[in-house]
Amino acid sequence: MGEEEGLHQTQLLDTMFVRGLKRKCFDGEEDIEGTLAGIKAVPSYNLQRQSLLDMSLVKLQLCHMLVEPNLCRSVLIANTVRQIQEEMTQDGTWQMINAQNTGQASLDRLVSTDILCRSSGDQAEGKHVPAYGTFNKDFESDQAQDGSETMSTASSVQAPRNLQSNMWEEMENPQENKGNFQKSLDQIFETLENKSPNSVEDLFSEVDNSYYDLDTMLTGMMTNTKMGHCDSLETFSSPTNTASNSNCKSDLNDLDHIVEILVES
Amino acid sequence: FLPLILMCSNLSDIISTVEFNHTGELLATGDKGGRVVIFQREPESKNEPYNQGEYNVYSTFQSHEPEFDYLKSLEIEEKINKIKWLPQQNAAHSLLSTNDKTIKLWKITERDKRPEGYNLKDEEGKLKDLSTVTSLQVPVLKPMDLMVEVTPRRIFANGHTYHVNSISVNSDCETYMSADDLRINLWHLAITDRSFNIVDIKPANMEDLTEVITASEFHPHHCNLFVYSSSKGSLRLCDMRASALCDKHSKLYEEPEDPSNRSFFSEIISSVSDVKFSHSGRYMLTRDYLTVKVWDLNMETKPVETYQVHDYLRSKLCSLYENDCIFDKFECAWNGSDSVIMTGAYNNFFRMFDRNTKRDVTLEASRESSKPRAILKPRRVCVGGKRRKDDISVDSLDFTKKILHTAWHPTENIIAIAATNNLYIFQDKVNSEMH
Repeated sequence: MGEEEGLHQTQLLDTMFVRGLKRKCFDGEEDIEGTLAGIKAVPSYNLQRQSLLDMSLVKLQLCHMLVEPNLCRSVLIANTVRQIQEEMTQDGTWQMINAQNTGQASLDRLVSTDILCRSSGDQAEGKHVPAYGTFNKDFESDQAQDGSETMSTASSVQAPRNLQSNMWEEMENPQENKGNFQKSLDQIFETLENKSPNSVEDLFSEVDNSYYDLDTMLTGMMTNTKMGHCDSLETFSSPTNTASNSNCKSDLNDLDHIVEILVES
Repeated sequence: FLPLILMCSNLSDIISTVEFNHTGELLATGDKGGRVVIFQREPESKNEPYNQGEYNVYSTFQSHEPEFDYLKSLEIEEKINKIKWLPQQNAAHSLLSTNDKTIKLWKITERDKRPEGYNLKDEEGKLKDLSTVTSLQVPVLKPMDLMVEVTPRRIFANGHTYHVNSISVNSDCETYMSADDLRINLWHLAITDRSFNIVDIKPANMEDLTEVITASEFHPHHCNLFVYSSSKGSLRLCDMRASALCDKHSKLYEEPEDPSNRSFFSEIISSVSDVKFSHSGRYMLTRDYLTVKVWDLNMETKPVETYQVHDYLRSKLCSLYENDCIFDKFECAWNGSDSVIMTGAYNNFFRMFDRNTKRDVTLEASRESSKPRAILKPRRVCVGGKRRKDDISVDSLDFTKKILHTAWHPTENIIAIAATNNLYIFQDKVNSEMH
């Protein structure tokens, strides 16, 4: 993997993440009217935050190897995901994403990491803008409120937890989806609304009736077979105990393509 | 402090830990392939003053082998995570080495004499024909070539569900502790089938897991005290006299977050990758992604000193998150008098901070820039703007060349630096005494 390429790619993201306060990222030049013409070369904070979320989710899923993944790293990434989700919940941006709920949109968001970092990402951003335009306005009104973006842990924790739980559920019970990553992202965003505490297995919970200790749940993919290297996407799209192989194969090509874009390997 | 390079040794695998013994005579390295290589310092001799103090290979052995956990369908890496020497109590040396799951006690002995003149067997060890024995002799010890023998004396297995990140020998010389991501166990050096769990931060519901143990160490003088660090940047000092299970800390050391530097990466970069007590026992040294901090045991609210290791990376955190470098675990070290602290960085750079003069230096461990006996040239990283000759710009740093493991001789100004496969040993010839 080209490390230098990876670094170069996220340089734009770096400029945004130097200071975490949203205020600082919305400098005066950026037009937040929600029109395509207003978006300059530096992607908006929300887009960049979204791509960080996507990157983190991919990291969590791609950590399946023959050796148990590093629990510390997984916990830190999961905490980052939670933070982003909590912030997005506070913003109300979660609702907007759900409203704009086509599979295609999720796929675009997935690709956005790469597109954001290109200088001329207008074409791709064109697809995004309608999605974000409306809630940019909402966000603008929020800006009038207290600007400190402290991550509250109290009430919105449930939401992120369920997000991960449902993401994990996708992998665990693939007969419920068609093995389509973009579809699972949809379901993740949808079910964020559904804050039922009885939701299914979470990122770290013990799964299965298996007799061995699955505390290290991030390796929960191990329930059925030994994993190959970075086989995670293939795995939850075509696990050994499902019959929907025919559906999975075409989706698999999409998944490979997505992974390639993200991981630049 | 003007380091001269003493030695650069190319090992066959990536070095994963470096540790001097209590006298500094021996230096142990562990590698990714489960091997331990021990170096011994040549005794100083007046005949060859330039050879004094050089470290040469003393012994090499395979400590751990790769294993397979059949229940989980996972490999257990043979990589040596940590080595700790036991205080020497007789002619033999002993050390503990650990991989992710199993700790082993190794005994290192020398043999430089062997008995000759047995009555019942000949030189090759074959039994003599008794009819040829006409007189009795007393076997005598004759010198032989030095042979270093390493034997596994104890294997402490099945104590950990998660990956062991630290081991620490207690000052009582009878017990030691091993810490994994969620638990810390106390072992007796002579007992392998039992250990006591003294810290357990595993939540009842794994969904609630947000924090793991990253490092731990016994206090150098008080055998009841130990500290452990977490991925959220906190330190907990525990007293084993207080209760059997030390989940409740005696002291919690935590610095409040700086709100102006808050970002999505704040927690990750606050995660403590290493904690070391000072030799005096009064201070603790911690390393997180961008800084090293000195804590006074008596002050829990904030560190007494903070040193920036590579603050120029603060604007690169997203890239470093993407390529996983942000999860690199750097170690830190005190010098013998606790006046200088050292830690590694990227591009094969390592940094030293003098606590008294507040001066710091960046040095590079590489073959190109270090000839034997040459004095290391300080390096500088420039962050744009004015750039001097020989400066390195932040963007041309090599993030694959990371110095994670460093060690300082217990009494002298000799340091060991592990740079991937290479072990560098630097010595300060000018001041062989510590200041």
